[in-house]
Formats: sequence, C-alpha cells, structure tokens
Amino acid sequence: MALPPLNSPQWNSPWRAFAWGLRSITQTILTIVLFVTYLGIGALAHDTHFSLLWALCSTLFVWAGPAQIILITTLGSGATIIQSAIAVTVSAIRLFPMVVSVLPLMRTPKTKRRELIFAAHLTAVTLWVECHRFLPQVPRERRIAFVHGLGCGLVSVCLVANTVGYFLAANLTQTLGAAILLLTPLSFLFSTARNSREVADVVALVLGIVLYPLASKMNSGLDILVSGVVAGTIAYGVHWWREVRA
Amino acid sequence: MSFAQAIGDWHALAVLFIAGVVPNQIWRMLGLWFGGGIDEGSELLVWVRAVATAILAGVIAQIVVQPPGALASVPDVLRYGAVGAGLVVFLLTRRSIFAGVVTGEVFMLAGKWWLG
Repeated sequence: MALPPLNSPQWNSPWRAFAWGLRSITQTILTIVLFVTYLGIGALAHDTHFSLLWALCSTLFVWAGPAQIILITTLGSGATIIQSAIAVTVSAIRLFPMVVSVLPLMRTPKTKRRELIFAAHLTAVTLWVECHRFLPQVPRERRIAFVHGLGCGLVSVCLVANTVGYFLAANLTQTLGAAILLLTPLSFLFSTARNSREVADVVALVLGIVLYPLASKMNSGLDILVSGVVAGTIAYGVHWWREVRA
Repeated sequence: MSFAQAIGDWHALAVLFIAGVVPNQIWRMLGLWFGGGIDEGSELLVWVRAVATAILAGVIAQIVVQPPGALASVPDVLRYGAVGAGLVVFLLTRRSIFAGVVTGEVFMLAGKWWLG
C-alpha cells in the first residue's frame, strides 16, 4: 500500500486522511511488536489479579507500554500508590521530549493547541517513530487527521491483544500461560536494546537489570526506584565522562 | 469468568487513574503546553532518559527474577536461559526483535518439555 501523492484529491477530506492513517498500521512491523507486547500485558494483568476492564482502561488512558508494566508489577508486588506513581511518572518523562518534537510536524500556522490534545495523547514511541516516517508523505493540513487514524488503529490492535492475552492466561495450561507472560520481558528488553543508540542507553539498560536483584535484597519497597536512579545516574556519568574527554 | 470479574472493583480503577493515568499523562500535556522551548539534547534530558531506561530494565529483571503467576512454574535456569538465548540471537541477527523473542520462547518451551 502506497499513500496517494501529496496533490491527490484523496486528501481533500479529513475522513479519508483518517482512513489512510488507519490503514497505515498494516505497513509496519512495529504493529506486530505492539500486539505481542500487549498480549503480554493482558496476561500479566490477569496473573496479577487485575480485571479485564482495568487492563483495557490502562491501555486506553495510559497508552504507554512501559508505564503500564511498571504500574501492574509494582502494584501487584505490594507497592503503595505513591511508590507506583513515582515509578510511572519517571518512566513517562521521556514522553515530554517526544511530544515536543512530534507536534511541530502536524502544526500549521492556524492550528489551535486544543486540536493537538488527542495527537499528544496518542504519542508514544511507536507513533513517534511512524510519524517521522509517514508524515512527510501527508499534506500538512491533513496530518492531524492522519495521526488520529494511525493512533486509533494502533490502540485498537492493542485492546484486542489485551483481551486475547487476558483470556489466554485465564484458560491456557500453565506452560503456555508462562510462555505468554515471558513475552513481556523479552519484547521490552529487545525493543529497548534496539532503541539504545548511545553508550549511556546501553549502560543504563545493562546496569538497571544487574542492580535490580541487589536493590530488591533491601526490601525497601522502593527497589525499582533505587536501582533505576543509581544505574541511570552511573550511565549519565559515563556519558558525561565521554563528553568531557571528547 | 463472570461479568463482575471482568469489571473488577472501582477501587482498583481509581488507583489506576491516580497511580497510572495522571503521572503518565502530565508529561504529554506539559509537552503540548511548553513545546518548543526545550532542547532535545539537553543534559537534564539525557539523565532523565538514562534513569527511565534503567527503571524499565529493573522491571524486566523483576518479572524474570520474581515471576508473577504462571511464569513462577518455570525453573530459574529456564527463565534466565530463555532471556540469554534470546539476547544472543537478537545480537547475532543485527538486533531483530522478532528473532530474539521467538528464540527465548522456544528455549523456554523446549526446556519445559525436555524436563517433563
């Protein structure tokens, strides 16, 4: 499927642009990665004793895989609301630069801020990557509609995946249920590793994994935060040291 | 599963909004509001991104080291082996997420079958 040329009458209607955005989810391997990840999140929600509605609401209203996993695992392992909220909000800070960098691609001089609220909500790593790929092929005045279509398509895929994962975890044998739960750490480990372009990212990922078991020995309830801040700060130190020497 | 089980209790949904939706959404809305004035390469954002990556790494480790639900039925050596085998194939295939995930899953399932 190729998008119509920029001057095609196909782009005259915003609804058509929405539909082209919706159809574009079939043009990326990341849709499959998202499906697998959200299959895992559905199964994780089930095995951590959250309801299906809860899992679907988390996908609709949080719409950030890492935040959802952090929320489910921390609440599931007995953290307080405050501790979970802190871990979630730290993981979500990365959304700030993403929104800042992606919205100018859709803005026209006449665009009002409220017209961008839904596009900002839909912004997460997958949409951010795909916007940079697709939007140059979309006329500027139709880009918001296109992104709404693309985002709604991706959210729908994930809601289906959540539901399937939830029921699979409820009904499968123990071994297959374990296989679906294993999808979450695997897909997150490899997609994070794939996005790690700088040394600091790699150090943060490796140290974050290695330090967690040590931090969990302290049994403070803040294990994830402690290992995350320590590993992240060391990674930043490595980055800083390389900059200074360069 | 009954209808009531699918809905769950309202307390859990309230916790979802307080601990999940608000702390997450606030950054998107700040980006919408203040967009433009922030340099994406600033030192503060480099540190924030490193901490965020390390927190996610900790969660990945937590699921493997202290597994929830059905995953707890898989012996330690198989869980660690599955992640290790997936990682080796991921690196060998020039960072193919798909190849890494499939390898990890096959390793775990084959190990379970072999151990009986």
